[in-house]
Amino acid sequence: MTLNRRTLIGAVGAGPLLSFAARSALAETPRDVIVMARQIDDIVSLDPQEAFEFSANELVGNAYDRLILPDLKDPTDIKGDLAESWITSADGLTTTFKMAQGRKFASGNPVTAEDAAFTLQRAVILNKSPAFIINQFGFTKDNVSERIRATDERTLVLTVAEKGSPSFLLYCLSALVGCIVDKKTVMAKAAGDDMGNAWLKAGNSAGSGPFQLRQWRASENVTMEPNPNHPSPPKLRRLIILHRPDTSAQLLGLQRGDIDIARTLAPDQLATLGEDPAYSLLTAPKSYVNFLALNQNHPVLSKPQVRQAFKWAIDYQGIAASITPKTYEPHQAFLPKGFPGALTDLPFKKDTAKAKALLAEAGLPNGFEVTLDHYTNAPFADVAQAIQANLAEAGIKATLIAGEQRQVITKTRARQHQVAMGIWGSDYMDPHSNAETFNINTDNSEAQKNRTLAWRSTWKDDEFTTRAIEALKEPDAARRVALYERLQRDHQERSPFVIISQQVEVAAMKKATTGLDLALLGDRTRYAGLTKA
Amino acid sequence: MRRYRALAATLASVPITLFGLILITFLIGRVVPIDPVLAIVGDRAPQDVVARTRLELGLDRPLPEQFIRYVGQLAQGDFGRSVMTSNRVSTDIARFFPATLELATAALLVAVLLGVPLGVYAAVRQGSWVDTVIRVVCLSGYSVPIFVLALLALLVFYATLQWAPGPGRQSVMFDGMVEQRTGLLLVDAALAGEWEAFRDAVKQITLPALVLGLSNMAYIARMTRAFMLESLQGEFVVTAKAKGLSAATVIWRHAFSNILVRLLTVIVLTYAGLLEGAVLTETIFSWPGLGQYLTGSLLNADMNAVLGATLVVGLTYVVLNLLSDLMYRVLDPRVR
Repeated sequence: MTLNRRTLIGAVGAGPLLSFAARSALAETPRDVIVMARQIDDIVSLDPQEAFEFSANELVGNAYDRLILPDLKDPTDIKGDLAESWITSADGLTTTFKMAQGRKFASGNPVTAEDAAFTLQRAVILNKSPAFIINQFGFTKDNVSERIRATDERTLVLTVAEKGSPSFLLYCLSALVGCIVDKKTVMAKAAGDDMGNAWLKAGNSAGSGPFQLRQWRASENVTMEPNPNHPSPPKLRRLIILHRPDTSAQLLGLQRGDIDIARTLAPDQLATLGEDPAYSLLTAPKSYVNFLALNQNHPVLSKPQVRQAFKWAIDYQGIAASITPKTYEPHQAFLPKGFPGALTDLPFKKDTAKAKALLAEAGLPNGFEVTLDHYTNAPFADVAQAIQANLAEAGIKATLIAGEQRQVITKTRARQHQVAMGIWGSDYMDPHSNAETFNINTDNSEAQKNRTLAWRSTWKDDEFTTRAIEALKEPDAARRVALYERLQRDHQERSPFVIISQQVEVAAMKKATTGLDLALLGDRTRYAGLTKA
Repeated sequence: MRRYRALAATLASVPITLFGLILITFLIGRVVPIDPVLAIVGDRAPQDVVARTRLELGLDRPLPEQFIRYVGQLAQGDFGRSVMTSNRVSTDIARFFPATLELATAALLVAVLLGVPLGVYAAVRQGSWVDTVIRVVCLSGYSVPIFVLALLALLVFYATLQWAPGPGRQSVMFDGMVEQRTGLLLVDAALAGEWEAFRDAVKQITLPALVLGLSNMAYIARMTRAFMLESLQGEFVVTAKAKGLSAATVIWRHAFSNILVRLLTVIVLTYAGLLEGAVLTETIFSWPGLGQYLTGSLLNADMNAVLGATLVVGLTYVVLNLLSDLMYRVLDPRVR
């Protein structure tokens, strides 16, 4: 036998080609199952008293309810959820919640004040990352059983350490850490003194939200199913969230019908789908703001004129239009649009001549050199390059230092950067969440425990710290909003932060799929209304 | 006796290599400019939580002490817990490594079944247009980045022709249907008699295996061709032809047998490379393998996971190298 082309092709080609030639029999996803694609490898825990990452917040938020929730359209309007009413004592220290009747956990157990007290005590005792949201009211492991207690099945009493704005406590209780867990179910799964943390963390749920978690396979998928005991259970049989880190794979899956909702497509892919009537794009601003932090331990960056020069050198509109269309929009205040008191006007625009004049006024007519740390992932690397070009026009020679996100954060937490680009999302719906990090720095030394963005930028301005704390404590809601507005205006003028833009989330869906409700805070995004025609 | 001494020396090098690997990976993990505590507590955690976690992890201790503690844990079979998945690293590896093993084996089959005959054929027809075509194909396969190949394959076979299913190891409809025994989905589905799930798994693995296989096929074909060209020049081939043996006998029994040892080394090392986890292929095809796990862990400074996965990769290399060494001794009479 001789080796010729025919035998060669026969031997090596037939097998794989034949197996390929058979058409895949994959149909579109069933009508009562919705498949959503996004990147979910940031999930570390699905325990509501521990979860603090973007994907986990959203999933947990759909499996649990909270005592109260601010209206997303009008955040000053706080509505009851598991609590039907609440009242704050005259001294402002004690808040009493009356639990709503008839609410049940997925297990069938009724939701009681005892569950609510257990949940908040659990947050304090476990003391995981988001615990500070609750702990800032003076709760500690030692006093929590006295200060957070259920006096009967429907009454929860909270006693805070010092008087503050009543709305601040309510906003903090509406954070994910305030999601009420089913005490009986959780404690039945407790191992040692972990209060069921390992069990919840691993992808189980014990909530009363519209969905319950069925499975979490890290970096693979999450499966959720309706909670039959919810007052209005979802119409779906199952919701599957697939880990699809590659945006092209998401797009192809959507076009092919294997995926119903693609959550993290690139701007050019969104532009393509936007012109196709078979798809709809759902858009909502997120609480994330993109900013530059100028480290004030740098002798040049600490000059007020230089801080201003940065703000006038950048082409905000150009960056949004050419690099981040649909996904980031220009925004220049530390409170994201949608928060009570957020400023939405744009006082800064690219004015190179003004930036140069400010530098000259600072004694730097020939500019200066500086390093700029930024994340490598999209769109930050491109935005950094655009900013580098803008700064160069004004005479500031910025050398870019690209790094993975945690690498840049490690550096800024150690205050080793000169200029760093970052992104910050609010932890809860209250303006203090961002006001604190962008303003408060009570101790500029290494002993500081609360390492806010202000501390990380070595910026200690006692006036801003005091005003942020005053705004926090202002009991009158309207006056409080006014204080935050003035604080933002002065922050824009004097702070070492250049707020560049606010993130906009865009979900691409097949036309037949409806009912996704995107929200400013990830943990308020709702899946309950999802249906497929 | 000398043979056994050489074998013993080879075996003795295994623990030394592994120890070196653990030491280097450990040191790299500790000097990378990412705070491992951040991965656990996040960016927002107050400094006291950060400090407490640092103490819990023993990161306040001197490096040598940290290393001794880690090696002590390893000696008890404890790789620690992954921050990213909350699981024991050994549990994660038992889940992610079989996915890579399955994909790597399928890709290797494609690479060998296509690459070896093409390499032999190109060598036999050296200088002909067929040889030129094979060389160009191999050069392209070798030089086109694998992510381009993977995306093109998805675009053509998944999105346009609709011959292949989309990314993932399993269609969502079959997820959780097959009980995990070996972790190899094809094997588990067959053992459980879940033939629908088995067919689904075959469909899912076909495209990534072909992409990965074709890329590696280029290397194997090039090496086969080079070895065969050298072998076909040998005097023993001239003698075989002079004896009047058929072309097939001359090529396969004489020339090809002579390159088998070197070719096996190439194949084994290719397999080791594939088992390391093809990060880009795994990412694009959403294949939950060791490459994705290792990369994700590294970017999240999840050092237990990084060390555990690196150790498995290193162990795989060492074992396959050893295997290749042993085969060398068995197949090559000059070494015996």
